Amino acid sequence: MKARLLAATSAAALSVAGMASAQENELTLCWAAWDPANALVELSKDFETQSGIKMNFEFVPWPNFADRMLNELNSGGQLCDLLIGDSQWIGGSAENGHYVKLNDFFDAEGISMDDFAPATVRAYSTWPKGEPNYYALPAMGDANGWFYRKDWFARPEIQAEFKEKYGRDLAEPKTQKELLEIAQFFQGREIDGQTVYGASIFTERGSEGITMGATGALYAWGFKYENTPGKYDMEGAVNSPEAVEALEFYKELYKTATPPGYDNAYMEQSLDAFKSGQVAMAMNWFAFFPGLYADPNTGGDKIDFFVNPAQNVAASTLGGQGISVVSYTDNMDGALAYIKWFAQPDVQKKWWSMGGYSCHKAVLEDPDFVNTAPFAGDFLEAMGGVQDFWQEPAYASLLLAMQERLHNYVVADQGTAQEALDGLIADWTEVFEDEGKL
Amino acid sequence: MPDPVAVIASATPDPIARKVRGLSDRAIAWLFVAPTIFLLLAINIFPLIWTVRLSFTNYRANRPNEEVEWVGLRNYIRILTDDGIWANMQTTAHFLFWTLFFQVLLGFTLAWLINRKFKGNDLLTTLIVLPMMLSPAVVGNFWTFLYQPQIGLVNYMVELLTGTPASSFSMLGAGGYAKWSIIIVDTWMWTPFVMLICLAGLRSIPDYIYEAAEIDRASKWRQFWTITIPMVLPFLMLAVLFRGIENFKMFDMVVLLTGGGPGNETLLASIDLKREAFEKWRTGYSSAYAIILFVTVFGLASIYVKALNKVKER
Amino acid sequence: MTAYSITEPTPRSKLIAGLLVVLYTIVTLLPLVWIISTGFKSGPDSISYPPKVLFEPSLEGYVNLFTTRTRVAAEEFQNLPPAETWYDEIVRDSGMVIAGPSRFGERFLNSVIIGFGSTFLSIFLGTLAAYAFSRFKVPLKDDLLFFILSTRMMPPIAVAIPIYLMYRELGLSDTHLGMILLYTAVNISLAVWLLKGFIDEIPREYEEAALIDGYTRFQAFRKVVLPQAATGIASTAIFCLIFAWNEYAFAVLLTSGTAQTAPPFIPTIIGVGGQDWPAVAAGATIFLLPVMIFTILLRKHLLRGITFGAVRK
Repeated sequence: MKARLLAATSAAALSVAGMASAQENELTLCWAAWDPANALVELSKDFETQSGIKMNFEFVPWPNFADRMLNELNSGGQLCDLLIGDSQWIGGSAENGHYVKLNDFFDAEGISMDDFAPATVRAYSTWPKGEPNYYALPAMGDANGWFYRKDWFARPEIQAEFKEKYGRDLAEPKTQKELLEIAQFFQGREIDGQTVYGASIFTERGSEGITMGATGALYAWGFKYENTPGKYDMEGAVNSPEAVEALEFYKELYKTATPPGYDNAYMEQSLDAFKSGQVAMAMNWFAFFPGLYADPNTGGDKIDFFVNPAQNVAASTLGGQGISVVSYTDNMDGALAYIKWFAQPDVQKKWWSMGGYSCHKAVLEDPDFVNTAPFAGDFLEAMGGVQDFWQEPAYASLLLAMQERLHNYVVADQGTAQEALDGLIADWTEVFEDEGKL
Repeated sequence: MPDPVAVIASATPDPIARKVRGLSDRAIAWLFVAPTIFLLLAINIFPLIWTVRLSFTNYRANRPNEEVEWVGLRNYIRILTDDGIWANMQTTAHFLFWTLFFQVLLGFTLAWLINRKFKGNDLLTTLIVLPMMLSPAVVGNFWTFLYQPQIGLVNYMVELLTGTPASSFSMLGAGGYAKWSIIIVDTWMWTPFVMLICLAGLRSIPDYIYEAAEIDRASKWRQFWTITIPMVLPFLMLAVLFRGIENFKMFDMVVLLTGGGPGNETLLASIDLKREAFEKWRTGYSSAYAIILFVTVFGLASIYVKALNKVKER
Repeated sequence: MTAYSITEPTPRSKLIAGLLVVLYTIVTLLPLVWIISTGFKSGPDSISYPPKVLFEPSLEGYVNLFTTRTRVAAEEFQNLPPAETWYDEIVRDSGMVIAGPSRFGERFLNSVIIGFGSTFLSIFLGTLAAYAFSRFKVPLKDDLLFFILSTRMMPPIAVAIPIYLMYRELGLSDTHLGMILLYTAVNISLAVWLLKGFIDEIPREYEEAALIDGYTRFQAFRKVVLPQAATGIASTAIFCLIFAWNEYAFAVLLTSGTAQTAPPFIPTIIGVGGQDWPAVAAGATIFLLPVMIFTILLRKHLLRGITFGAVRK
């Protein structure tokens, strides 16, 4: 401590030269502002002691995260040395040179991508998809999952009534349609003198909410973006009969089994609804599950978790991020040192224990892993079948089109599911034509 | 009315100016005006010209390495033939018309009432003005909370006053309320502004005009229509001009309140433009979009200012 | 004028008018009161269903606004030393510990620097220009004045793209200077027009007398004109400040880590899962205070300012 104080004083005295060297020993890591980010701050204290590099953090709330960070990258800003960016950004950031390609560094340091779960490496690190060009290290595995009021499900009178109505036991749903039935069963029910509702789901218009919610149903019905990967032939895939059915399903779920007024809801609203005791079930990212489990009012033995139910196939919407080095950094060595430190199995284990979803096989393949948290097993299952949105450089245009089409159909009641998906193909075709890919 | 400044300025006796030590008047004039002009050229006019230039290209600000091509009028043609953009213009027009309507109605009525000069009118005026001191971003954000059907204040008050259950309707959801909800918030926030301008107008009417009307035995009703309204009209029109320009470029409050939804119901042209420019990064295309909006507002404002001047001259 | 002048409203009409205005004031202040009171609610109370009108006041929102908090493992939590301060205690009650200060302080300070900085600069440049336009023969005066006013009509979106590109090239993105210059450019047209109205009203004879006494133009301007224009300057300042203080669109676009102001920050205050409404409300309340105080102090000049000084008394 004394030595550091001394160093600080002399640095101040040396002014210009001192300032420069002080800056070299600092790193800024940018991420979204949410529960795991706080855990990362704690975790990084070990790195600070080991390396002597001071860590700064810039956490941006989700609704602004993409706007702010992409804006930062596009303006060549030096705010972030390290960025834990969304998986969809990797195409654009690789092609426009915002992220440093890490292959040589991995080779030199003996970091192998084989040590990480394959689905996460593909989703968070590679561009073009599946090629061994790595622009990030998988940092935070995530998928969209579900949680429910275990205490309500367990009440004998509710169980009896459910069994009488549907002829089966009230339990975690195994299919999307079971999920709908359970949600409808709870919709408008009186529990402890309050009217409660079925499920809170994602319907948000402004950023990515409704797309992330509805794809949970679409993927489960077998939705695909292209007939042949990489060919952009969307006709018959995006608007397949299964896709239409899935979208109609999502609308029915929204119209018949969600609390009124949740027409622009994303992560926060879904959590609010659950924590204020309004809903029996809710969807959200696994990242929030440790916090939900610890909640004094609705956590603990009142909550349990399940993976997104299958319908035709088992599938979950992918979330999560890899950690990348921003090419405009003025402290490249420090940034790489952080990645090297973060990739160590011990650090990854500690990361998981603090609430971060490690993607390292040393963590996930540990036989004891499923017992470490009530949602650990669900997480493994989800990560086995994750699917992601387009990761194209033009992903933002593609996402905006999907947001608009879905919200128009599901929430604003315009047109049919078939028309929405046909329209989506038209929008996406226009984007790819602009890109010169069609 | 001749410009009083011009009259006085031309009457400045030259000998005095010549006697002055130091810089000549002309030099001082330039020295004083130049920084303002320079700043406006640098941060308003130069960017505007740049926008015009970009609007003829396919430039994308997020792809610095790609070659920029001249595309002529293609961006303009695409925008003007896009049904979606016309729908956004209509949404903007709807928002503009009804916010102005309610703000003028309420703002004028309030000013007229406050001008009765009852006890405590100063304090009430100060209190009424408070909403417009808030940041539109904070207002938009917080009203999502107030509009929340279960936990929000608005539905709760409706239930309390009318008995309609709070959970039975959603101000920002489907059902057609959303485009009125944004009008309510804007009216809440900006009625005080119109009120202040009207109040200034009312206070500028000299008492002797009313006294003369009384002597002519004109009824109160007649006085209102022949004196009050015409005298306040220039002020009211000024208020409409300011609010109109502001609401044409409205962005922050609505984007935080609805994000343009449900569907595209509250997607104002300015929100759409921001998405094209800074989320899709279609810089050339959105420059053309910006120019079209600018020409629209500038054109409308110029016509309006002409009308305003006519009213003033009467 | 006597108390019963014919233009003086009757006591009855005064009463009715007063009651109606009081009614409007109550309705219009309800949302504002709700914001302020939410700032003093606990987290669960703020999202209670149905809404709570009466509640036990809590400073949780204010504490959350100024801190970042983190959850620690249960066994570690048990072993923590007892909370030292009242705010530690509030955070402990929700099962968390304080990890450090939040960014709100910095963002607020940025708002102060940028808001007051640009207001000062707008007034400074605006007074000079307004004085020149008011007192001297400036070539093309009317054209220049109209040009200055017309920049006010320009939607910011029309110039946002090149300003973004220009700032990126010049390194003005995310700097205090860049934001001060930008807000000054937006405000200066208003400032010039308002101030010209005020300076026009100051009799020229004062300055001329000073000039004859041997003052230079500069001295006359500083010692005669400025003191006379003080109230006009103050009311112009309110309007410039309200704009610069609350601006959102450019702030979102052009600032991030170092120069971000409070308006883009407040709506994004998020607690552990879910928007932290008490903290948002606390932020909104604190953020409202400076402009509110400024306005109340200068309320007498508000009317004149808002009409470009058109009201002559």
